[in-house]
Amino acid sequence: MAVVTHPTTVSHDTQHIPPMTHAEVTRDVVATLGPASRGYVLLLLGAVSIFLIGILTFLILIKDGLGHAGYNPPVFWSVYITTFVFWVGIGHAGTLISAILFLFRSPWRTAVYRSTEAMTVFAVMTAGLFPIIHIGRQWIFYWLLPYPNQRYLWPNFKSPLIWDVFAISTYLTVSTTFLVFGLLPDLAAVRDKVSGWRKTIYTWTAAGWQGTDNQWRHYSRAYLYLAALATPLVLSVHSVVSWDFASSIVPGWHGTIFAPYFVAGAIYSGIGMVLTLIIPLRRALRIEHMITEYHFDNLAKLTLLTGSILLYAYAMEYFIAWYSGNTFEQATFFRRAFGPMWWAGWTMIICNAFVSQLLWFRKIRVNITALFVISIFINIGMWFERYVIIVSSLSNDYLPWAWDQMNPTWADWGILAGSFGWFGMWFLLFAKNFPIVAIQEIKEMIPMPRMRGGHH
Amino acid sequence: MAALKRSRRMPGILASFVQIDAAADAIRALRARGHRNLVVYSPSPNHELEEALNHRVSPVRLFTLIGGLTGCAAGFAMTIWMSYDWPVLVGGKPIASIPPYVVIAFELTILLGALSTVAAVGLFSALQGKRGVAYDPRFSDDQIGIFVPAGSDQTSAVETLLRSAGAVEVRHEAA
Repeated sequence: MAVVTHPTTVSHDTQHIPPMTHAEVTRDVVATLGPASRGYVLLLLGAVSIFLIGILTFLILIKDGLGHAGYNPPVFWSVYITTFVFWVGIGHAGTLISAILFLFRSPWRTAVYRSTEAMTVFAVMTAGLFPIIHIGRQWIFYWLLPYPNQRYLWPNFKSPLIWDVFAISTYLTVSTTFLVFGLLPDLAAVRDKVSGWRKTIYTWTAAGWQGTDNQWRHYSRAYLYLAALATPLVLSVHSVVSWDFASSIVPGWHGTIFAPYFVAGAIYSGIGMVLTLIIPLRRALRIEHMITEYHFDNLAKLTLLTGSILLYAYAMEYFIAWYSGNTFEQATFFRRAFGPMWWAGWTMIICNAFVSQLLWFRKIRVNITALFVISIFINIGMWFERYVIIVSSLSNDYLPWAWDQMNPTWADWGILAGSFGWFGMWFLLFAKNFPIVAIQEIKEMIPMPRMRGGHH
Repeated sequence: MAALKRSRRMPGILASFVQIDAAADAIRALRARGHRNLVVYSPSPNHELEEALNHRVSPVRLFTLIGGLTGCAAGFAMTIWMSYDWPVLVGGKPIASIPPYVVIAFELTILLGALSTVAAVGLFSALQGKRGVAYDPRFSDDQIGIFVPAGSDQTSAVETLLRSAGAVEVRHEAA
């Protein structure tokens, strides 16, 4: 049969493979670890300064107590829990891309998965701080753990809050393991390229990786199982977070739709953060030829899918509130749109449900500037989604005479800002010290030279 | 201990390949001649090399299974035992109510399954690692390496085989 080369078909089949040789992949990724540019140093200093604001606020909170935060009865869950849910959600896109799309053999994930996975680890690390900040007496946080205390009491395992302790700590451990395990072959590739003290560091961190047949045999299998374990884990984590709310009877929280609604929202917010991070990163690290229009198109499609699920979930929440005939539920949702927090309610709906619908157009999906702007809207919208769900529901909970509003204070904003500084600091440090593009997996897609021509 | 720390270099021949099919041919030819203890280096896992080497499936999966089942059992055992150790009625539910405990058991299944998988890779790499085998930094970049353990009587035959298969470089490693 004659071989017909059709330009568009060929480019469509191979667009996930960067037109590079193995040696060029190693060279270009190792080059990202070179000396830091002035822009990078300024960004890092900026992140550390914002983090210090958070540290200062936290020290004041430890000294004086949580009274500085805007808690106001009946609202005792506010900005800290909002930000906790926000950061846990951010992590979900990373695991979706690194584990779920790995199982689906989706080739576009390869170039972006390392950066998203690092984002996951640092986002969950950030999230993990918030329950501890929120409990007020940080020095007894270990009361959450099941250990035999002096009265031989155990935690209440029927409480979603203790499920959350298990879910979040498992998620942090497993996603860190997955990230570090995937890094090993790449650290070996870096080790073999650099010299001096950096070689010593990468020799230690590569843990003796040489890429022998036996190492690859165990590694490939283990990677597959880690992906298979991380897949149900990521779906479970935000479901468990949603049950922190849904298993109570607060109007606006008590919905069976919460688990899938939260998971879709989490992935949506995470991809927003992925876009915010990798659009400047790929330019700063000169890896535009590895993370291309093709990857952004696919990321945008995923954003569109999850954004549309959110649109459906929002519509369903309002519909069920009306259809249930429950006065309290109806009043809660009326207040979300027209009550004192109407601006937050509409920010959430416009930024999440409507802005994502722009991505039906390919022109917008491959326009990097437009995607960056949309990603900022997503970050804002998804923070406000959690703020609306938590604060607007709690401020009108059970007894009308006890209802009240809460307004965030400097202590809330200081900790929120600090969390972005903390996250940014870790992400920037990672991007400069570890291969942010998976060297080994990119190489796996690029065919090696052959003695006899053609494919096997 | 001293033997682990300072192991002798293994005598043999280290060949580098640029072409993947040439390396796979060489592996098949070496195996046909009875060389079983080959060490093959590559920058990424490769199906052609795997087929030529014809290894068994990695036993790591057994550890994943054992770890996962242990986690599941531990999750249920811990929650049920702790509930009965200090029985408190909560919300009119049974002292040990299984549905909420599924969450804990599930999380521990994933946790121990994942950790034992990684531990197994470390264990097998330590057990099957061949110390003192020659390596070249190019094997993590863009070349495939084949190390053939061979005594001085076999070296010339092995070298001829590797060169005719298409090796770009052949190095002798003395003990």
